[in-house]
Amino acid sequence: MTIVGSAVSRVDGPAKVTGTAVYAADFALADLAHAALVQATVPRGRIHTIHTAEAEAAPGVRAVLTHENTRPLPWAPRDPRPGVDPKAGERLHVLQTDEVFYNGQPVALVVAETYEQACHGALALQFEIERDEGSAVDPEAVEPEAPDDQQSSMGDLDAAMRDAVHSVDVTYTTPGHSSAPMEPHASIADWDGDRLTLRGSYQMLKFNRNELADSLGIDPSNVRILSPYVGGGFGSKLGIAPEAVAAALAARQLGRPVSVAMSRPQVFETTMRRSETRQRVRLAAGGDGRLTGIGHEALVSSLPGEAFSEPVTQATPFMYRGDNRTTGLRIARVNRTCAGSVRAPGEAVGVTAFENAMDEMAEKAGLDPVAFRKINIPAEDPSQHIPFSSHKLAEALDEGARAFGWDKRRAEPRSVRDGEWLVGMGMASAFRVNMVVEAEARVRLNPDGTAEVETDMTDIGTGSYAVLSQIACEMLGLPADRVTTRLGDTELPPGSGSGGSFGASSSGTAVFLACEEIRGRIAEALGCAEGDLTLKDGVAVAGNRATPLAEVLGGRCLEAEGHVEPGETSSAVRQATYGAYFAEVAVNAVTGETRVRRMLGAFAAGRILNRKTARSQFLGGMTWGIGMALTEALLHDPRHGQIVNHDLAEYHVAVNADVPQIDVLLLDERDDWSNPMQTKGLGELGVCGAAAAVTNALYNATGVRVRDYPATLDKVLAGGL
Amino acid sequence: MQPFAYRKVRDVAAAVDHGAREPNTVFLAGGTDLVQLLQDGIARPDGVVDIGDLPFASIASTIDGFRIGALARLSEVADHPQVRARLPAVAAALDETASPMVRNMATIGGNLLQRTRCLYFRDGVSPCEKRDPGTGCGARRGRDVQAALFGASEACVATDPSDLAVALVALDAEALVVGPSGERSIPIERLHRLPGETPWIETDLAPGEVISAVFVPRDAAGRAQAYTKLRHRASFEWPLVSACVSLAVVDGIIEDARVALGGVAHKPWRAEPAERLLIGRTLDAALAREAGEAATEGARPVAGNAAKIPLLARVVARALADAGGLP
Repeated sequence: MTIVGSAVSRVDGPAKVTGTAVYAADFALADLAHAALVQATVPRGRIHTIHTAEAEAAPGVRAVLTHENTRPLPWAPRDPRPGVDPKAGERLHVLQTDEVFYNGQPVALVVAETYEQACHGALALQFEIERDEGSAVDPEAVEPEAPDDQQSSMGDLDAAMRDAVHSVDVTYTTPGHSSAPMEPHASIADWDGDRLTLRGSYQMLKFNRNELADSLGIDPSNVRILSPYVGGGFGSKLGIAPEAVAAALAARQLGRPVSVAMSRPQVFETTMRRSETRQRVRLAAGGDGRLTGIGHEALVSSLPGEAFSEPVTQATPFMYRGDNRTTGLRIARVNRTCAGSVRAPGEAVGVTAFENAMDEMAEKAGLDPVAFRKINIPAEDPSQHIPFSSHKLAEALDEGARAFGWDKRRAEPRSVRDGEWLVGMGMASAFRVNMVVEAEARVRLNPDGTAEVETDMTDIGTGSYAVLSQIACEMLGLPADRVTTRLGDTELPPGSGSGGSFGASSSGTAVFLACEEIRGRIAEALGCAEGDLTLKDGVAVAGNRATPLAEVLGGRCLEAEGHVEPGETSSAVRQATYGAYFAEVAVNAVTGETRVRRMLGAFAAGRILNRKTARSQFLGGMTWGIGMALTEALLHDPRHGQIVNHDLAEYHVAVNADVPQIDVLLLDERDDWSNPMQTKGLGELGVCGAAAAVTNALYNATGVRVRDYPATLDKVLAGGL
Repeated sequence: MQPFAYRKVRDVAAAVDHGAREPNTVFLAGGTDLVQLLQDGIARPDGVVDIGDLPFASIASTIDGFRIGALARLSEVADHPQVRARLPAVAAALDETASPMVRNMATIGGNLLQRTRCLYFRDGVSPCEKRDPGTGCGARRGRDVQAALFGASEACVATDPSDLAVALVALDAEALVVGPSGERSIPIERLHRLPGETPWIETDLAPGEVISAVFVPRDAAGRAQAYTKLRHRASFEWPLVSACVSLAVVDGIIEDARVALGGVAHKPWRAEPAERLLIGRTLDAALAREAGEAATEGARPVAGNAAKIPLLARVVARALADAGGLP
């Protein structure tokens, strides 16, 4: 293996940095009209009057679409929906009802000749909306649902807690988060008779095509979605958002292509948010620090009727040993922007709070946090009693600790001072479930010795173009410049889409299988077994005979499709990825400001396809962890439920000055159960507990335990700094 | 964005004339704030007068002080050797402002006249007496840590977001203004008003008046000074709280003290109880802490901003320690 695994640069990199890569809103279609969404300003209620005259008379305005003049749409959702996809339901059914379900809900669309005219027209639109006083905007103030299938228990946790030598019973809260992708959501809809082409910014095109078709009541075969480049998604583009349906409706009504580009606040308000969580973690341990009981119960929120709820305890069943286990999830139904998948739904917040509790327990048990985790690594999945497909948490802990210099940590909090800065070290384990989903891809080997890879898989900044090309290069023995990968078009074979860290493994396996078939046919032509065939630099070597590929092909194309579906390996073994984060932070003793000084992550995620794009994913994940630990929080108005900090000036993602040197160690691992490439997904593993390493370091530095994320300076000071 | 008439002027008289004669006209300089307000439909002027070409960009050291042109870019002023050497609090306030890209565009005059970052003003839809008089204040009982601790009214709890203005108040600087009735100067401390019942009137400037320069008196350079800012992230954020102190110290005794606070009022707020405490005493860590506590006297939390009060005490103590060279 020479190409797979190496640090290959993105093939799409030059197009992106020179501005020639075309993103959704940038397609210049002839006769394109531009539209702006108008949003409700109450959390729940009914629209009873819309004054459209002024907007309709505004310069350049061509149409104002509301529920009163938009044709009724059927809604026939198909099943099954992908596991990470929120049930879109009525949320996608824009402009169909006078009902308002959340503050910020799109209720009208103003279409004009230019974007500026559309925005101006939108400002002129006046609604009279009657607020339903029964609306609920505070998740702590409603009686939550406790669905039976979200509660699980084995053994007797209460007894384990009673009998424990050491125990921890703590509650952590995390605020809502926004995915905040760099590229705001945008769609251009273009009808040709009954056929709709949508240029959008989406992660999972085969599902997005169905969603759009379902929303419009048309056959999916009449919908084509193009998303050649996607400027980040982080879950917010898993499902289509209101602007896609609105663009399609407007384009049909006007008989010309229509572009709907969201403003930054609209991305915050109308796509999705990560739910805030309240998490109670209980840990019971014997005198030797071995865990005997684990409890993890969470309260999250979502819109009434939505199927998705933040799966906070997703990793809890297999993280650590313990015979007595309880997990539970309660869901508060509130009139807030729909909750959905934001990078690493479940683990990002669930592992974080759990790893804080683990830090508290290590201290109580008088054990080093790394050693404490190591003695609690289970030999098998402790909830299902099935083996792990591969498991290198211990190695990640050891190698990470060694590389970071963990042995220099002082266990006693507040024992290292650098001027007025208190310095500490903290760590946390990383856990994320591994998934492979159905995917198809086509590979064509051309007579001139070039090859093409085709699938509707997306590249959302993750490196799909690079890694899928690498797999084809490796399998077909071609140099990088002979392989072209085409993505992001529903006319191509349906790939996995990007989400749940499954993209590279799933779509990559489909490419692998297609290449394997092509290799088989070459072997057949040469009269050898596929296993005896070597393809290298455009030459086929079988036995002691070298034949140029062009000669083997004899002017023909060799084309094959690969198709992978998850099989029984998903239930026969526990598949997950593991890692360990280490952080050193300094906290100003006067002001409470916390600055991360350095951070390191060691990760085991099966075979690494591309060391460069993999490292970038981990750097990004840990950067998210810093933001989650110290600054990021969605704030909702207590009376009206709107997101008040709805832009990047006020929703504080980490900026360069917040992010220190981050080191990434990629452990050598092969997972024989996951797929033929032995890879596991890694796109989200970097954020699954990273924030806990930072706040555990904050505690080590100061002796202050902030259990209400983010650990802003006022909370650090209030903790008694 | 509401359509407006755009004019670019090349001489001061034309700018003043447009501003004075045409109601609802605004001046455009660097555009880093106004353009956003226009795009969001929050500023809805009939006319925009681009003053970017007026001869207000020079920075000069004169016999009685520093004259910093209103159209000088924040980055130029922050990097100016004399500003760095002699007005370190001004340089620090500018270094802490926005991001390098914004500092390369934004101007000194524009920074002083930027509008509040109050979330309920900026969202374009909440009730806001400042944006849409007569609708009430959405922020007072809402959630916005930026809300004012001092000098707020029932009508408005917005804060001024400028870092620079805080430093200039602590250094007793003036705004030099050209207007229909000639030139005048306004102490920066009196440039901004408290909201009262008319929060839409934010400054003391009359229609047509343009800030041409900021003047910092020469003795400011002789004062011990420091600007300290606290915020959630390490860069690119308006002040959660900030403080600038300038001290005239003779033989170890503080003869005069000016303590200005940022992020806590509709204007840079003079912490007079802290100033009174400092005068006549020798600065040490205990006095700095005491003055920090004094700076919080009279603070009235609203909209979930009480967390700023202890931060205020800390930021004042920190600024005093920095100004006094305490460890």
